Amino acid sequence: MSLKLEPSPEQIKLEKVYREMGLTDEEFASVEKILGRTPNYTETGLFSVMWSEHCSYKNSKPVLRKFPTKGERVLQGPGEGAGIVDIGDEQAVVFKIESHNHPSAIEPYQGAATGVGGIIRDVFSMGARPIALLNSLRFGELDASARVRYLFKEVVAGIAGYGNCIGIPTVGGEVQFDPCYEGNPLVNAMCVGLIDHKDIKKGQAHGVGNTVMYVGAKTGRDGIHGATFASEELSESSDEKRPAVQVGDPFMEKLLIEACLELIHSDALVGIQDMGAAGLTSSSAEMASKAGSGIEMNLDLVPQRETGMTAYEMMLSESQERMLIVVKKGREQEIVELFSKYDLECVAIGTVTDDKMLRLVHKGEVVADVPADSLAEDAPVYYKPSREPEYFREFQAMENDIPEVDDYNETLINLLKQSTIASKEWVYDQYDYMVRTNTVVAPGSDAAIVRIRGTEKALAMTTDCNSRYIYLDPETGGKIAVAEAARNIVASGGEPLAITDCLNFGNPEKPEIFWQFEKAVDGMSEACLKLNAPVIGGNVSLYNETNGTAIYPTPVVGMVGLVENLNHITTQSFKEAGDLIYVIGETKDEFGGSELQKLTYGRIFGKAPELDLDIEEKNQKQVLAAIRAGLVASAHDIAEGGLAVAVAESLFGTKLGAQIEVSGNITSALFSESQSRFLVSVKKEHQEKFESLVDAVLIGETTNTPNLEIYANDKLVLEQEVVDLEGAWRGAIPCLLK
Amino acid sequence: MFKVKVYVTLRESVLDPQGAAVTHSLQSLSYHEVTDVRIGKYMELTIEKSDRDVEEVVKEVCDRLLANPVIEDYRYEIEEAVAQ
Amino acid sequence: MKFAVIVFPGSNCDVDMYHAIKDELGEEVEYVWHDTENLDQYDGILLPGGFSYGDYLRTGAIARFSKVMQEVVKAAKAGKPVLGVCNGFQILLESGLLPGAMRRNESLKFICRPTQLKVVNNETMFSSAYGDGERIQIPIAHGEGNYYCDEETLERLKANNQIVFTYENNPNGSLENIAGVVNEQGNVLGMMPHPERAVDELLGGADGLKLFQSIVKQWREANVVKA
Repeated sequence: MSLKLEPSPEQIKLEKVYREMGLTDEEFASVEKILGRTPNYTETGLFSVMWSEHCSYKNSKPVLRKFPTKGERVLQGPGEGAGIVDIGDEQAVVFKIESHNHPSAIEPYQGAATGVGGIIRDVFSMGARPIALLNSLRFGELDASARVRYLFKEVVAGIAGYGNCIGIPTVGGEVQFDPCYEGNPLVNAMCVGLIDHKDIKKGQAHGVGNTVMYVGAKTGRDGIHGATFASEELSESSDEKRPAVQVGDPFMEKLLIEACLELIHSDALVGIQDMGAAGLTSSSAEMASKAGSGIEMNLDLVPQRETGMTAYEMMLSESQERMLIVVKKGREQEIVELFSKYDLECVAIGTVTDDKMLRLVHKGEVVADVPADSLAEDAPVYYKPSREPEYFREFQAMENDIPEVDDYNETLINLLKQSTIASKEWVYDQYDYMVRTNTVVAPGSDAAIVRIRGTEKALAMTTDCNSRYIYLDPETGGKIAVAEAARNIVASGGEPLAITDCLNFGNPEKPEIFWQFEKAVDGMSEACLKLNAPVIGGNVSLYNETNGTAIYPTPVVGMVGLVENLNHITTQSFKEAGDLIYVIGETKDEFGGSELQKLTYGRIFGKAPELDLDIEEKNQKQVLAAIRAGLVASAHDIAEGGLAVAVAESLFGTKLGAQIEVSGNITSALFSESQSRFLVSVKKEHQEKFESLVDAVLIGETTNTPNLEIYANDKLVLEQEVVDLEGAWRGAIPCLLK
Repeated sequence: MFKVKVYVTLRESVLDPQGAAVTHSLQSLSYHEVTDVRIGKYMELTIEKSDRDVEEVVKEVCDRLLANPVIEDYRYEIEEAVAQ
Repeated sequence: MKFAVIVFPGSNCDVDMYHAIKDELGEEVEYVWHDTENLDQYDGILLPGGFSYGDYLRTGAIARFSKVMQEVVKAAKAGKPVLGVCNGFQILLESGLLPGAMRRNESLKFICRPTQLKVVNNETMFSSAYGDGERIQIPIAHGEGNYYCDEETLERLKANNQIVFTYENNPNGSLENIAGVVNEQGNVLGMMPHPERAVDELLGGADGLKLFQSIVKQWREANVVKA
């Protein structure tokens, strides 16, 4: 066994070895200043991962501070494993979304699987029982290349493989396709958990002399420097970095969940945290820093999967399915026994100290001795230059353009076949969305709904982000992302509680990209404030570029809402023939970034649809009030593809038809993507009451003949059998994958 | 000490959907000379010397756990390893 | 009637089974850990779905060696009702309590969706509450539900009326559309579809409830009436 010789502190400084690890010259200098000496190899590694964008948010922090994070229901905002929101009756909901874009681009199955595994750990490490998973995915167009289809299939299989095995239902999310994601797919996983207030746990290492214990899978060399890898652009040579991708073990994690949820009821537990990005380093440094204490660990005691591992390798490993816990001194044996019931290893590896240092001992020597705060809190913060891009000025100067449509029938069929609109059944058919038997509304409606057993309440959840709007106009697009998520929650019968966000952007060193980032966050913040949906946590994924080209800015919004009573649960499907169909909200000539524009011109341009937050709030309040009053049979957000697509989607799976009458410009009436609109159906006996509550326009009626007929100015302009529309919509994605 | 290689495959009479998919995919890549693919599992066992005949042990673990005789066949190679 | 839901490491439909029995059927039920050595106090044994031991070698292959399985075999021999759903079915196959084996789904993908089943034998203790040939909707959620047995076994299954449920639209390539089979004695049923997920109209249907009611009815007739 030959050991590779690590460079000495002098070599690290002279040969600038730290640069390969991702530290800049200035950053290395400040590490030297903090320590009062030159760091050794292990210490340099600790700083390089903890000061990476992925762990420190050094580039995004000043912008993230703009998010509203407080609210009367918020019990835990950003900063812990996941945020927590009160839902009454001493219960709370815990949720977070996180990206696993780079690993998934390199090894899609394991990248996606470990993304799911990581976000689940973030939730149960708070003491919560994970009850649902969602995923927000972005790929290139499916007909672009075999590589894109491979990435798509493998990512879906990876999510299914992990989520199904662990037994947490994957209930929703979204998949969108655009050429900008061809080389850099996005895989964002969200987990929602449920907790009793008394069980809330934090990742803090309190109490001098208490014992630090390691639980779960053994440590191997997998994923070393994963956090730094996530903070770099993808390039041709990314394939060579393959060892950075970890392999997930959902069976091990299932055991970990059950054991940890038993553990949280023990008064011997002081703190618990997932070993996620930057593994043992981040969990120990953060737990110590948050508690204002220090930790000393003996690395010889760390369970190891491979022989001859160095301190550097153990501290930076991102092996999956591991947790770090702090337990009261003298209570270690009962904790070991608790875990052994689940065949899990639990080993004491260190103690809590009062000197605020993270001290590591390996083979009898101190191999690292650094202030815990300096790793967790004192990463540099950068204020990046920001510049309004040329393209934005051009787009803003354009007049609204209405694409020319000759045949409304054909256009509707073509829109339903667009992969972003088409049925995602091929995807969710592979996810066990029913396990735990609480899923009331399965994938495919506006929001998924999971009931809370033993109560009359349920949780509505969704992820949303139309990056085309955000590319055209980040501020308006950011507002739309939050507003659309809220609209989906409201249409399902829920009231928005809070959001988690996954901010996927390009390289922040480019001022135009940083401008997109700033503006999108501004727009989102404004909408969050207005719609009373604070940000309780999330994740930033920068450097999403391939060979210098950035993805569209994609700040994915994950929102959870509370359905106060199971009777309020509403789906998008029409219910009975003879029901009245209404549109709420004004339709304008808005096609910038729309599906019709993309279909017609093959590209997007112009202004994003406008969003007036006062109108948005009013429309949402009215619809929710009508739902709660029992007046609404079905409700659907009018989104991509406009009204015609929304009506068609409400017909699918129902055996019903609809007769609709529209006015004004027909193309705009049918396909415009104006915001703040809902499509609802109402029983005739509720007409009067409904109209007194909601400012809505009656546009037609559901029928027993399964046809969609649309009239404009007394002329029939669109007539289709629903079976043909549904066939086009259902068949599109399977067809593209053949 | 013995190093044992165990190969578990689906029995001839049992349809192998994974193998069929790979055959199809190779043919669509124009490898028409590839007419059949069977996919199985490969396992490496390290077995300490004991009073029992090593082959007897290998057969027993294959029959009891490593293969399901209803749908799977197995074969093995036993090699005596020299301790380092 | 008192049921045991056996929990193996990696079981994940144990909660669903437990609540189906307790909340919807209204009978007594307890979780029983895989290392339990005595099942005498239970009248019915339920093996839930999931991924026991990760199903890393073969579905159900490792779970069959759990301590509790000897007790399950004993209960089966004593004539107690034993129901294995999904992974539970796979474990019953591996342990030899039911004939045949599972292959990967023909599509090679995990499939989760509601399926239509036909009750082809309504004279078992698990299906007596259904009509003969009744069509019921029960969801599936599995990656390896492609049932296989050799011809001789198939003939025997048919001759003894051991096929209880078949798929109306075969989702996984299963031989003869088989969705559920019972042993020769008629007290051990294995099925891939999840009746415990179809016991509440709120979640999309309650066709699975009659299966559990059948078990209870048979048990009452055999035990309570006599007493």
